Amino acid sequence: MADLHAIKVTVNGVPYEATVESRLLLADFLRDHLGLVGIHLGCEHGVCGACTVLFDGRSVRSCLLFAVQANGAEIMTVEGLARDSELHPLQEAFRDKQGLQCGFCTPGMLMRAYEFLQENPNPTEEEIREAIAGNLCRCTGYQFIVEAIQDAAARMAVASR
Amino acid sequence: MKPAAFTYFSPSSLDQAVSLLADHAPEAKPLAGGQSLIPMMNFRLAQPRYLIDLNRIPELSYIREADGTLAIGTMTRQFEAERSELVGRTVPLLTEALRFTGHPTIRHRGTVGGALAHADPAAELPALAVALGAELVARGPAGTRTILAGEFFLGPLSTALAPDELLVEVRVPRLPPGTGWAFLELSRRHGDFAIVGVAAVLTLAPDRRIERASLALCGAGPKPIRAARAEAALAGSEPSEERFREAGEIAAQEIDPDSDLHASADYRRRVAAVLVRRALVQAHRRATEGR
Repeated sequence: MADLHAIKVTVNGVPYEATVESRLLLADFLRDHLGLVGIHLGCEHGVCGACTVLFDGRSVRSCLLFAVQANGAEIMTVEGLARDSELHPLQEAFRDKQGLQCGFCTPGMLMRAYEFLQENPNPTEEEIREAIAGNLCRCTGYQFIVEAIQDAAARMAVASR
Repeated sequence: MKPAAFTYFSPSSLDQAVSLLADHAPEAKPLAGGQSLIPMMNFRLAQPRYLIDLNRIPELSYIREADGTLAIGTMTRQFEAERSELVGRTVPLLTEALRFTGHPTIRHRGTVGGALAHADPAAELPALAVALGAELVARGPAGTRTILAGEFFLGPLSTALAPDELLVEVRVPRLPPGTGWAFLELSRRHGDFAIVGVAAVLTLAPDRRIERASLALCGAGPKPIRAARAEAALAGSEPSEERFREAGEIAAQEIDPDSDLHASADYRRRVAAVLVRRALVQAHRRATEGR
């Protein structure tokens, strides 16, 4: 007999109600129940960062939360970055600076970078490297990811003037 | 992999949580930040039948000072403790060591108490607790008791907590005047588990001799290791680079590290000696600057 719980969650501004088994991970709820497959599961033990989402405004590893814990929470995923068909400056920068190859780590990188640039809108390269140290990339060697974040910071600084 | 099935409770008070734990121990596990427990559940290394979520108990999350002692509720998120002005003023060693604890994303959920109750031998907070002479307050069905950090950590992932007890508070004495401190760690990447980490607290007497030294290491054995012989060699002595180097050598012989994928035992000892020396140098500089 499964242990079921009713939850209400807001994801990317949209409210949802669902009934979930207690052991369902938040990442799997978002992917399988809500169809938000931008959340990627790279390790399922909190090391790779590909599953990073914002939970009540702060980055968390969605593989290390149960969906039932998200009752009442506001969640932002990578799908929430773009406004209709207009990409967020971070997404444009990753595209233009080739900050991705296979794209598997990218949603986690974007969400972490999004949070980081809110806290530190004008970071040094060193600060960017440290900020994304919890997100693993197997393809790029990180250099273009760092440049993409620098580029995004510059675009966002221009936009806010 | 996915976790095994369990029954989930989300109490809204400490009393409820204690009661639930008592009802279902030893098959129940409290869930704090989940940054260590949930990975184990995902691997099925841990399969609690009952999970008692502590995240909706606001009374367990606080940072206060009373009578020269910093008191931190165990559900206080690590990032909050890291950014706390009060912690920075009273026990800045904690602020410094928290910056080495995982990554910011981990620290958004990870809790001060959870890291202590989990007792990973490579974790920073347990070594901190030992170096600082912290007191850990536990609550069970029989009531509340206080456990000294030095007696709390028994082995890898093993503490003095009974299966029906919860950690509720950590108490750390405010660092006395004339005290310097340092936390240093070697890891492959910043934020990884420590290969070896050192927490050092150094109190100088008015005549500038070392009144007291406190040295605890993580990643150096099955639990945080107190370098008691190195501490004894330092107490009462004139501080000097040579003295600190000697203390490092002594400490390296006091630890009992494993060889594993990340480092050999021999490497850990050598690194420990260097980090102890550097930590003492830094702690001494801070102690003298503070005057």
